[in-house]
Amino acid sequence: MSSLCLTAFTMTSALGAGLDATRLALRSRRSGLRPGPWRDVALQTCIGEVDGLDQMALSANLAAYDSRNNRLAQLALAQDGFSDHVQRAITRYGQQRIGVFLGTSTSAILSSELAYRQRDPHSGALPEGTPYQTTHNMYSVADFVRRRLGLQGPACVVSTACSSSAKVFGMARRMMSAGLIDAALVGGVDSLCYTTLYGFHSLQLLSGQPSRPFDVERDGISIGEGAAFALLERESLAQAGDVLLTGVGESSDAHHMSAPHPQGLGAQLAMQKALTMAGLQADQIDYINLHGTSTPGNDSAEDKAVCALFGQQTVCSSTKGHTGHTLGAAGAIEAVVCALALQDGFAPGGVGTQVLDPALHCNYLLTNLDQPMQHVLSNSFGFGGSNCSLVFSLKSV
Amino acid sequence: MSTLSIHVDGIGLFGPGLSGWSTAVPVLTGEQAYVPAPMQLPPLDALPAAERRRVGTAVKLALSIGFDAVRGAGADAAQLATVFSSSAGDCDNCHNLLEALASADRSVSPTRFHNSVHNAASGYWSIATGCMAPSTSLSAFDATFAAALLEAATQALDSAAPCLLVAYDTVYPEPLHSLRPIASPFGVAMVLNPQRTEQSLARLEIGWTSNVDTSMADAALESLRRNNPSARSLPLLQQLARGTPDKVVIEYLDTTNLALTVLPCQ
Repeated sequence: MSSLCLTAFTMTSALGAGLDATRLALRSRRSGLRPGPWRDVALQTCIGEVDGLDQMALSANLAAYDSRNNRLAQLALAQDGFSDHVQRAITRYGQQRIGVFLGTSTSAILSSELAYRQRDPHSGALPEGTPYQTTHNMYSVADFVRRRLGLQGPACVVSTACSSSAKVFGMARRMMSAGLIDAALVGGVDSLCYTTLYGFHSLQLLSGQPSRPFDVERDGISIGEGAAFALLERESLAQAGDVLLTGVGESSDAHHMSAPHPQGLGAQLAMQKALTMAGLQADQIDYINLHGTSTPGNDSAEDKAVCALFGQQTVCSSTKGHTGHTLGAAGAIEAVVCALALQDGFAPGGVGTQVLDPALHCNYLLTNLDQPMQHVLSNSFGFGGSNCSLVFSLKSV
Repeated sequence: MSTLSIHVDGIGLFGPGLSGWSTAVPVLTGEQAYVPAPMQLPPLDALPAAERRRVGTAVKLALSIGFDAVRGAGADAAQLATVFSSSAGDCDNCHNLLEALASADRSVSPTRFHNSVHNAASGYWSIATGCMAPSTSLSAFDATFAAALLEAATQALDSAAPCLLVAYDTVYPEPLHSLRPIASPFGVAMVLNPQRTEQSLARLEIGWTSNVDTSMADAALESLRRNNPSARSLPLLQQLARGTPDKVVIEYLDTTNLALTVLPCQ
């Protein structure tokens, strides 16, 4: 199987709910990052929060799944007619022939974080009725989405830190290639929680300002939350102007648990594999959506990897200054940014960055660029040295 | 569905009273009685000392079964794509992190935080083996083993190269243990190969079924199977140990289970 068609896609982040809000924010170069605090987190940091989650409710039959993460999933599924597209796919293929493969890094761990504050002082027990399977467990978001949409095909959650929801595109491609399913709902959902805020703080990787990818003074990430979904079907359904997944490249760094290989060797391997699967040369890529987390080490390693493979001409940017780093959702969110870039002929300039680091040499965009594009690449690299690059292409006439 | 066909080239297994595949075979075939006992893992020499100090039971278990399977398959760990699966990752680490976050100053250790990612075992494996091949880490609650078997089989078939499946689950301390009562640690690893080799133990044909999942006749092994998601693999392991052809059903999602036809090669 060569390519798959993204017959529907949507994303919700700090930029807003759905594609129109996302397009508007990208066009107007608006960042969704705001200074904290979030809840009672006193850390000096900026956050990409999705509005309205605290007031949401899940449908009554799925109330057991209530959590910030699953609310975010429900909000995102309701945008851009995405759920209707899935229902039409069910009519076409049947409930059992559509897979659900989602990425998340922390699932609904927030539910257990809050429950641990209410342990019985004597027994240590959690409050009566504290859920686990439907919230905290990694699988809960795929379980929730599957039930919400009435899907009965294969399902699982990929959790490889910040590459999670890029890797689900590869998983879906393999399952379709093997003939196990006819279509797949892929995506990523990650929501704000104490684990990631205090965890990245402990590693001194949390910036006190809005993140500034590739800036000479970049000093860490800003954490965001978000969700993105895509419906993948066979390429034969694609019409001119549709977006295709043409390449997936995965690799491991085999270097360090929380720092990338300094020369970006694993990143290079992932990008090269994605190009090879897509049957493309590096100079055919019109735009790269970088992982671009805004930490000194990550951006430096990625820059070396990109320059080694693409030289210094290919335009690229990170959209983490817009959305914040949405961690396990970043792969899917940036896949949707790439799909918009292809369909709109629009490469978003990075925001937050003021002075490009002269030690970095890739062609980093600081302003929006309107240009027709045929092929774009998206990078997602995670803790544990988990790398995934995706190539998306515009279906020609 | 089209049936997946894949060879099992090597198996790794550690659990309560089960210490490596070769010693587990007579227990699974019934030649020796199964005697549950605290899990014993071998020393983890493959991991650099600095990393070894940072890992807990979950990672040690994952690496132990991984090396056991690779040895059995005569494979090169540095070249193998991997699929790591666990319902909940490192359960001790998760509890410790939640306790720290509920404390007054909420300070967490950087090591605890990077060990909290679900792919921690995969990361340590790639550091230990120098392997830069693709690696996925997944979860599907009680369907985790079946989901990982599907992922490893499709990865191997798609790449036309062997893939190492590493499925492990450890025990939550209280208070999470009450919510997710995994009774004992258990892990199984398999090298899945699209090609038949001299090491191939059996060929698996994988399909869907609505039949109920196969149980273990031995009460203690059945209890192990029911109380650890990775141990849902036990009926398959028993059939592989017997070395005779048969069909087993492994728990997957809702009413859909995996039908596995085991066809011995040796």
